[in-house]
Amino acid sequence: MSIKKRGLIAAGILAVGALALSACSSGNPLDSSDSGSTSGSNASVVVGSAAFPENEIIAQIYTQALQANGVKASIKPNIGQRDVYLAALKDGSIDLVPEYTGNLLQYYDKDATAKSSDDVYAGLSDALPKGLEVLDQSKAEDKDSYNVTQAFSQKYNVKSLADLKSVSEPLTVAANPEFEKRTYGIPGLKSVYGVTATLLPISDSGGPNTVKALVDGQAQLADIYTTTPAITQNHLVTLADPENLIVAQNVVPLITKKKASERVTNVLNTVQGALTTEDLIAMNTKSSGSAKESAEQIAKEWLASKNLFD
Amino acid sequence: MNQWGAAFLWILDPAHLGGPTGILARVGEHVWYTAITLLIAVLIALPIGLAIGHTGRGRTLAVQVSGGLRSLPTLGVVTLLGLWFGIGLSAPLAAMVVLALPPILAGAYSGVDAVDRHTIDAARAVGMTGWQLLGKVELPLALPLIIGGIRSACLQVIATWTVAAILPLGGLGRFLYDALPLRDYPQMLAGSILVIALALVADGMFALVQKLVVPRGVLAGRVNEVRVKTARPHTVVSAAGGRP
Repeated sequence: MSIKKRGLIAAGILAVGALALSACSSGNPLDSSDSGSTSGSNASVVVGSAAFPENEIIAQIYTQALQANGVKASIKPNIGQRDVYLAALKDGSIDLVPEYTGNLLQYYDKDATAKSSDDVYAGLSDALPKGLEVLDQSKAEDKDSYNVTQAFSQKYNVKSLADLKSVSEPLTVAANPEFEKRTYGIPGLKSVYGVTATLLPISDSGGPNTVKALVDGQAQLADIYTTTPAITQNHLVTLADPENLIVAQNVVPLITKKKASERVTNVLNTVQGALTTEDLIAMNTKSSGSAKESAEQIAKEWLASKNLFD
Repeated sequence: MNQWGAAFLWILDPAHLGGPTGILARVGEHVWYTAITLLIAVLIALPIGLAIGHTGRGRTLAVQVSGGLRSLPTLGVVTLLGLWFGIGLSAPLAAMVVLALPPILAGAYSGVDAVDRHTIDAARAVGMTGWQLLGKVELPLALPLIIGGIRSACLQVIATWTVAAILPLGGLGRFLYDALPLRDYPQMLAGSILVIALALVADGMFALVQKLVVPRGVLAGRVNEVRVKTARPHTVVSAAGGRP
């Protein structure tokens, strides 16, 4: 076994590794060569999605609903964060993307103060750049929410953030560290609902460790996104927010105006009318854990169960 | 440059010094976490390392197991153990101990292993028992390498405890995790600078200890080495201890 021979083997392994890496990098999600859509044709719609499962599922629903109604539609999932897919929308490599009203409004208007679903939606039509429009917003929302355990909710009869004032024990909120400063966090809880709470900082964005802290009783409240399966799995109670402390984040299709034909608009608005937050939780459950179905399959099942188009 | 200036101003701002979330408190927590991690890791790894070095057995197993543990991504281990143990010090502590074991283990067994064969033979020849040999000959001679292992573990532990602040913990990682979502880069940079400063101070202290623990006899030998040039090749060969 000479050193030379070993060196050759090592070089070979490295070369294979480098090839594998370069193969990965060629998968540009914005490369339009294989999308099957012809540019310039108003009849075809390219649906994009952000790089997280829920958004991809909604994009799949839009795509399949359009296809079922005779619109030539294709999908480009997992494009990236908001900056990236909005740029793609602008340069025409995608035509439609599922969005969330509050975040979209703040992206285009940093000083926006609208909080409720209707105010945010109204603000959006003014804030959107020329050439883009939103269709109907759905009831489905994916936003921060304060959650408590069922036992806590029953013990103090708490169903809304406004009820927290009557709770006698000190309150701790499990949430990301920025919750200490954000207006929807500890400061807002004080100024809007008059509730004093301390933060238990857990940097997993309402993930398993946050849920664990809540269920173990180390926190009485936890900031968890409304469409997280853990809410139903642990029978958590999401507190109502009558004063709109948290900005609304209704699911809304953002589309380029010239692709928003009457047929496309009607199909998407029908979908929007049927989609609920509970649906999103159920679909996120399917896409996570051991069940892990593909977004395409989950979308297909949802459309079949709703039976929207005869 | 601007960010650096802001970071140093952040550190120097008296408002950031005291209080339960101030620099002093965070540095104190970080030192405490690091100390307890090293203590536990030494209690586990040192006896095992000495036993391996003394008997010459089990080395491969120890190296592979501890090396394998080391390759676990710490952030993942902290999160996973957090789900098992709940929120508290135990989960990240266990993850950090895992990280500290391999260098301490390696320092211990290679320290004992590197003791000159002639010295051990001589010790046995004057009638020392195995325990006496370990306590009076191998351990003192291995001490600089053992401390070196702890030194290396200490650096890693100081640096990596910052990661554990993903869970509600104190320590210098708090500055990083709290500042990142708010894009408070001066505070993040300040946190990093404090971690670096702490690591350098700790490393310097260990370097000093490492020098101080070299047995007098060994030091005397070194002086000879320098003076008598011809003796050098001989000592190098014997120091390798017959293990290529």
